[in-house]
Amino acid sequence: MARCRMKHENGERRSRSPFLYLPALPPCEGLCPQTPSEEMERIGQQVAARPDRDLGSPVSWSYEVMMAGVGIRARGALLLGRGAGEAVRRLGRGGGTALPGLVAGRLAPGLLEACAAQLGHGLITVTGTNGKTTTSHLISAAARIAGLHPLHNRSGSNLERGVISTFVGEVDGTGTMPGAADRLGVIELDEAVWPLLLPSLRPRVAVFLNLFRDQLDRYGEVDSVAEGWQRALAAYPFRTTLVLNVDDPSVAALADGNAAREVIGFGVEDVAIALDGAEHASDARFCVCGATYRYDAVYMGHVGIWRCDACGRSRPTPVVSARNIRLGTDSTTFELVVAREVTEVTIPLAGLYSVYNALAAAAGAHALGLPLEATTRALAESGPAFGRQERFALDGRMVRVLLAKNPTGLNEVIRTLLALPDDATLLALLNDGIQDGQDVSWIYDADLERLSGREFRLIVSGDRADDLALRCAVAGLEPRMVERDIAFALNAAIAATPVGGRIEIVATYTAMIAIRGMLATRTGAQPYWESTE
Amino acid sequence: MTSVASSGAARSIRVVTLYPEVMDVYADRGNLLAVQARCRVLGVGVEVIAVGMGDALPSEADLVLIGGGQDREQRRIAPDLAAKGSALRAWADSYTAMLAVCGGFQLFGNFYRTGAGEELPGVGLFDVTTVAPAPGMPRCIGDMLAQSDLAGVGELVGFENHGGRTYLGPRALAFAWVRHGFGNNGDDGTEGAVYREAIGTYLHGSVLPKNPALLDRLILAALRHRYGAEASIEATRDEYAERAHRAAADVARKRGRANS
Repeated sequence: MARCRMKHENGERRSRSPFLYLPALPPCEGLCPQTPSEEMERIGQQVAARPDRDLGSPVSWSYEVMMAGVGIRARGALLLGRGAGEAVRRLGRGGGTALPGLVAGRLAPGLLEACAAQLGHGLITVTGTNGKTTTSHLISAAARIAGLHPLHNRSGSNLERGVISTFVGEVDGTGTMPGAADRLGVIELDEAVWPLLLPSLRPRVAVFLNLFRDQLDRYGEVDSVAEGWQRALAAYPFRTTLVLNVDDPSVAALADGNAAREVIGFGVEDVAIALDGAEHASDARFCVCGATYRYDAVYMGHVGIWRCDACGRSRPTPVVSARNIRLGTDSTTFELVVAREVTEVTIPLAGLYSVYNALAAAAGAHALGLPLEATTRALAESGPAFGRQERFALDGRMVRVLLAKNPTGLNEVIRTLLALPDDATLLALLNDGIQDGQDVSWIYDADLERLSGREFRLIVSGDRADDLALRCAVAGLEPRMVERDIAFALNAAIAATPVGGRIEIVATYTAMIAIRGMLATRTGAQPYWESTE
Repeated sequence: MTSVASSGAARSIRVVTLYPEVMDVYADRGNLLAVQARCRVLGVGVEVIAVGMGDALPSEADLVLIGGGQDREQRRIAPDLAAKGSALRAWADSYTAMLAVCGGFQLFGNFYRTGAGEELPGVGLFDVTTVAPAPGMPRCIGDMLAQSDLAGVGELVGFENHGGRTYLGPRALAFAWVRHGFGNNGDDGTEGAVYREAIGTYLHGSVLPKNPALLDRLILAALRHRYGAEASIEATRDEYAERAHRAAADVARKRGRANS
């Protein structure tokens, strides 16, 4: 039972780097928080209870936050931490392999700060439930086109360990980052980890995408994630520009407590694309005043043009927006508005959720002061991120991989699938690993009923194929095959699909990793678009 | 209050879903979807009445469903639900079938005692009380496997995720006995509670789709409430449900907390 519920990046239990033997790792029992939100709360209270905290000295401040996070056993290292900066240098010079992993881990927070502070162009964070990887991928591409050298953590490495690992790979033996003057940090962060790393990373710009129910077995409740963001910002004394999805009321609310900060809102200005009504998986129904939100348009979940008639709060007008959206099966065209400049953009990604990711990237790039031309080129040219609408040519069939790991994500994928002709093969994969969410209940929150009546060839696979097959049957969809073994199911999908046809793979995180590996091996070639990271 | 009816069936049941907009953060609407899908197979019509905050209850119901919500939302609906308490208790007394999951189960009990010692009153339909976990106590999260004494129900599978610990009072019967997982409090081996045809449980999953015996029991109870004790249903097997049940049971045996 005593299993760590924190997502450990890509299942890596250890790293080659001496910095990465964090105490929270292999022996998780008792050290890891039960849920990140509870841990966040505890840390927040400890920090708040320190009247003498020195906000002007980010190194010691962040260090103590981190110390609070590693528990009682780490307390003994507090003294060491007073000289954290120097210790980090010593660690780097002395070849950290000689040091016990626990000590290295204790020193890592200081290392994060020391690295982040070197970035000549500062750092941008991207967080939220859905779209982190694609958005940071696009920001990174825009930065590269603008002539910067982005330092970007890879998909799935969005916890503390992954971020540290990203930095460690870039510094030399003295702890110095070569060429740091030209570098911009583009860091995707898990929504529950963002508050913990804010003080160390000190981002110039913080992008908040959305907040949907996701892996409730891991995060606890949706509300607690939003509270974690608010609390972290309230306790954070430094300047940071907030890039907020104004269509998501729980994200837009971050502006309320941050009147002194610069805020850049992004959103969709196209009521023609709205849904008929609220979707089932709608997670922000109540205004802070307690009344129920009203919607003039619902774009997805609880995201749309909202207002509160009781207290008068309403969706702010976005600075960066999309108008006249045309959704295709494989691409999307819209008018990108950035501070009154309008550019027609076609992105090689399907679905309204991709438009939101593009808007978030454009708003983030705008906040960073990147030229608009770099942004529009990045949107048009950079293609999908790892496993997010990546396409492969396999045995004459076009195979596309769609990641779906929570109800709203799956609803958006379903909307994308509805645009396809009926002769497509749909290979749906449900795993229940820690990174997928061990609880598969969420499939009942997604609107699979929308697919009923369509004649897709449906093949269901993954560790919990039987649960997914039942969910499909409840929705009136009859699978052609239920097969737990993903490789076998992929072969069946190929056999069932005529040459020239398409196979759409919808997968949870670990299932996506597994099948993407198979596709990469079998195609031998690069995917249609390779992630440039 | 919104009402959706499916017509044309010889027999039909009326299902009341309580606060579906807020007490359904955890996919418990899968329970309603399962009732509808199963009733299609059984040739039973389903009229669904969604009762939200401020809505009046209809005069009659054959089956009542309520799911779990976030703490904040549970607090919002508690006063409204309390106002409906006597009507709900009267329904339960007259053998209306009910399924109250997680937060809904807690609200159907006597009260919920917060960490600060405040007691939030519940409906009192089940003689159970729930207390907030002591500081530092983890939530009860994980796969569950339990065994029910209720006729025809047998083995139950699902996933639980709750902070509150629920304890049965002298007039309460346990719904099931935990084999793997925490159940009511992680301590006494009980899971959920039963009063006549009303069932309270911590099982998500959603619980009804993958526990077809429980699903049929609730539908049968609803039919008997409507048409009298002679009502019956044809026991047809649902292979998808049985396979999903077995798969979830295997997972719970493998990684659910062992209950000794």
